[in-house]
Amino acid sequence: MELTGSILERLNNVEPDVRSFVTITEKEAMESARRADEQIGRGDHTPLTGIPMAIKDNICTRHVMTTCSSQMLQNFKPPHNATVIERLSAAGAVMVGKTNMDEFAMGSSTENSAFFATHNPWDLERVPGGSSGGSAAAMAAGQALFALGSDTGGSIRQPAGFCGLVGLKPTYGLVSRYGLVAFASSLDQIGPLTTDITDCALVLQAIAGHDPRDSTSSQRPLPDYLKALQGDIKGLKLGVPREYFVKGMEPAIEKLVLQGIDEFRKMGAHVEETSLPHTKYALAVYYIIAPSEASANLARYDGVKYGYSSPGESMWDCMEKTRRQGFGPEVKRRIMLGTYALSSGYYDAYYLKAQKVRTIIKMEFDEAFAKFDALITPTSPTVPFRLGEKTSDPVQMYLSDVCTLPINIAGIPAVSLPAGFVEQDGKSPLPAGLQLMGPPFSEETLLRLGYSYQQATNWHKRRAII
Amino acid sequence: MKLTHEEVKHIALLARLGLSENEAARAQEQISNILENFQVLQEVDTSNVPPTANPIALSNVMRKDEVRPSFGSSEILANAPEKEEGCFKIKAVLE
Repeated sequence: MELTGSILERLNNVEPDVRSFVTITEKEAMESARRADEQIGRGDHTPLTGIPMAIKDNICTRHVMTTCSSQMLQNFKPPHNATVIERLSAAGAVMVGKTNMDEFAMGSSTENSAFFATHNPWDLERVPGGSSGGSAAAMAAGQALFALGSDTGGSIRQPAGFCGLVGLKPTYGLVSRYGLVAFASSLDQIGPLTTDITDCALVLQAIAGHDPRDSTSSQRPLPDYLKALQGDIKGLKLGVPREYFVKGMEPAIEKLVLQGIDEFRKMGAHVEETSLPHTKYALAVYYIIAPSEASANLARYDGVKYGYSSPGESMWDCMEKTRRQGFGPEVKRRIMLGTYALSSGYYDAYYLKAQKVRTIIKMEFDEAFAKFDALITPTSPTVPFRLGEKTSDPVQMYLSDVCTLPINIAGIPAVSLPAGFVEQDGKSPLPAGLQLMGPPFSEETLLRLGYSYQQATNWHKRRAII
Repeated sequence: MKLTHEEVKHIALLARLGLSENEAARAQEQISNILENFQVLQEVDTSNVPPTANPIALSNVMRKDEVRPSFGSSEILANAPEKEEGCFKIKAVLE
């Protein structure tokens, strides 16, 4: 309870500046902490018992508001817990609150939240990334000891990179999506945001594993992720795909990532440049497939059974007004994109075409992983940008995710690691992330690589001064 | 790929988005611009490539048709914008 109490104090102290949280569950947290103390007293506890966590607001928490940072769900209290929440509660973790996000997980800066923007604790004038920006900011500001985010196109990894954290997107199917408000069902995954790779392994162990309530959930037996951290990385073959070092990438970031790659060389891994020629099509593939799936998943928001409901003249009038008022501009944009791509006359040229290119991208990764154990790339081509800097042109914002999108398209796992800082004249340095990706269900290899990297470097030990 | 005003209105209708004239005009411009960026996909040769709907091999999940506990109606109606006699209340569906 002492731990939770002091975390809550810290949370409230910095919250006016950072604004990570949509809902703070102070009372419930202290109650959970009390129960956790009892469990610890009985000797019946897990590594996560009593540990304060922050949960992205698109993960259902029973009777606690789950808004997806949207007006559409501003008063929605789910009757159920997401599977990941059930598992973390069973492990004794303590939820301090629900974090801010881009509305319905659509965005790369958390500026698309219908409620307010979240600020990067490293530099309050800059974004924490998105769409799991609230979870990332909460971690970087010391408002929780671990957090959950969701990742459809980079929404865990990019904010992790922007906030100096470890962020893991598991293999598609490893973590149950039951209770995750669906955005793009073939791309979404829940994953941890932590300060170091050990915590990442602990949280992953608690949340991963087959769930009969998620029909896309993998039945593979779970490995021991904690054990996987230890071990030599000598002789592991690492590929560096040149297409990820995009034109216009910030030179300071490139330098840091190359330094990071060198660390792996020094530890005995075999590093070689490689090429994934279809990487450049990932942006188009993603921005056709994701909105298409979203247009179907968001059709349920009609003001009938839950959520925002507008009065109107007739059934359709009510629904149209509800959706016009309940959804923000980016959400409406993506619903329209998706509706168009799926509509008769355009389905073949857009959606079907994108699905075929998706196959090619996936095959390209399969070929690369026949040669390499993992691939290394930057997490983002830029440092965290300023609030308002990219909001006028949607495509500018979409480009933030070029290094992260292909991973979701292929369904493979990837982790972003803190890889250094870019100096700013007279201001706090800005975090940069390095991304490791592997074949399906290779989390053990990624964790081992991450652990070795964090033995050799100290980036993950720095904290934002706030 | 320039969207016409009619196409935007048609999409908005399909998606039941009830856009204002202003919103529709802005959407027309932005979506046309986004689609322009996606023309690049046409240059990829996909002649013998099957589509991928889902990144992992999936098979349908079945269970026995047995009754299991579910949520009570009060739980389900708890978030209802309008309810009456244990039902969700909406405007008339049929004329």
